[in-house]
Amino acid sequence: MRENTMEISAFDVRAVRAQFPILQRKVNGQNLVYLDNAATVQKPQMVIDALTHYYSHYNANIHRGVHSLAQEATQAYEEARIKIQEHICAAHSHEIIFTMGTTDAINLVMQTWGRSQLSSGDTVLISALEHHSNLVPWHLLKEEKGIKIEIIPIHPDGSLDMEAYADLLKNNVKLVCVNHVSNALGSINPIKEMVRMAHEVEAICMIDGAQALPHSKVDVQDLDADFYAFSGHKVYGPTGIGVLYGKEDLLNRMPPWRGGGEMIASVEYQSSTYNTLPHKFEAGTPNIAGGIALGSAIDFVRSIGVEHIEEHEAQLLESLTQKTAHIDGLKIYGTAEKKAGVFSFLVDGTHPYDVGTLLDQMGVAVRTGHHCAEPLMNHFGIPGTIRASFGCYNTNEEVDVFVNSLERALKMLR
Amino acid sequence: MESLAERKAEILDEFMMFDDWMQKYEHIIELGKELPLIEEQFKTEDHLIKGCQSRVWLHASEGDQGKVHFTADSDAIITKGLIALMIRYLGDLPAKDVASAEMDFIQEIGLQDHLSPTRSNGLVSMVKQMKLYGMALAAKQL
Repeated sequence: MRENTMEISAFDVRAVRAQFPILQRKVNGQNLVYLDNAATVQKPQMVIDALTHYYSHYNANIHRGVHSLAQEATQAYEEARIKIQEHICAAHSHEIIFTMGTTDAINLVMQTWGRSQLSSGDTVLISALEHHSNLVPWHLLKEEKGIKIEIIPIHPDGSLDMEAYADLLKNNVKLVCVNHVSNALGSINPIKEMVRMAHEVEAICMIDGAQALPHSKVDVQDLDADFYAFSGHKVYGPTGIGVLYGKEDLLNRMPPWRGGGEMIASVEYQSSTYNTLPHKFEAGTPNIAGGIALGSAIDFVRSIGVEHIEEHEAQLLESLTQKTAHIDGLKIYGTAEKKAGVFSFLVDGTHPYDVGTLLDQMGVAVRTGHHCAEPLMNHFGIPGTIRASFGCYNTNEEVDVFVNSLERALKMLR
Repeated sequence: MESLAERKAEILDEFMMFDDWMQKYEHIIELGKELPLIEEQFKTEDHLIKGCQSRVWLHASEGDQGKVHFTADSDAIITKGLIALMIRYLGDLPAKDVASAEMDFIQEIGLQDHLSPTRSNGLVSMVKQMKLYGMALAAKQL
């Protein structure tokens, strides 16, 4: 008996929700139902506190200050780096480069590894599922260097065509760019297998993990990823901070990109020598508060257990998929067997903008449009979709509110 | 012909009748059904309004007594309603009146606060284009 009363649910969504002050607010007079988590997630109190605590108690510039505040700030910032290293199972903390976000991380790889290692005629393989952030930087390099870009096609369900991938790898491929989870469709890509295949032809793999890290366990050494990028704000941390993980030997061989303070060993008027990892890639005063708060966000995710988050979101997705199955003319985009908590859809006879606008009036936040994946939308012959995406704090009740609100909107529009 | 002030009063009265924004949206959707539709031949790139995330085509021609006659269409029904509302306010007026019309009724209905930023920008682009047509026609009539 005693054991039963002591038993605490492994994942108590109400306790999780209680940590997010924003979930108390109303939108257009209704309780907020926030289903735009693939764009950005809300922040738990401990992350907000980490930001205010830093600015209230130990704001100082890091790394070279001799005074106490500088030492405290440096220690907190470097501890955050170690938390991230442990969380993604990197071999060394200096393989964790703080960036402004995923986009910034991919641009770093393009500007340094890409510009130094790629030349005319080299092929970069990019999946058809990519966000513009893993596509446009390579367009810039194509214009500059004349590299070739080839696209890994997808099956109609939104999963990557692995046979086509194997064939494409035969064409002098130097780099493979692929997201771990598609932001527009939710497909989970077989990254480990893709990296293994890329390495067989001595190609490097750049993984966009922005949509994977908040929702599933990531082990960069097990994946054998060469580069793995993610954004702080999608993993319950603040905006303006993100991470590029890179293998030590690759990072060591890459020239620096941005020049300035922090990234140098010594400077003379005519030349400089550069600092070691990770500072070589972190010129100028970094986003200190953001880095520290990202460490707190990792603490938050670990306190719940990322496997619990994954399980909870999978259950919500299954429930939503079932509860919308009866809606006439509703078509889901992205029906791959392995899918994260993303529900991308259109309904015959309605425009996604109209549906999104009416849902907002009922307090439900979803995203409409091309989700920064225009080529993918063109592939499906659609201008965009409506996307509902889950975070750890969403509930089954919210799924019901969403479905009821959607039905009401459709009734008005059709 | 009704003056702009009368048109404004009529639109405000209409929107005051509804208690909540869902009803107002229902009304906007109804207005969309009365939109004077653009002829298919004018549904071209040239007639697309930039800054709208749904597609909006707008055409203006010189109607009776040199007045500006607007026709339009959109693939989104709420957008269709919004442009119908703008045409009801600005349509079939002398060109110089279209060009100089005050648009404060949009604020007074509270529309801007209830539109997403992208939609609100689209509405601004829409009105700007209507006024440009008015200006161009007024210049031609001099």
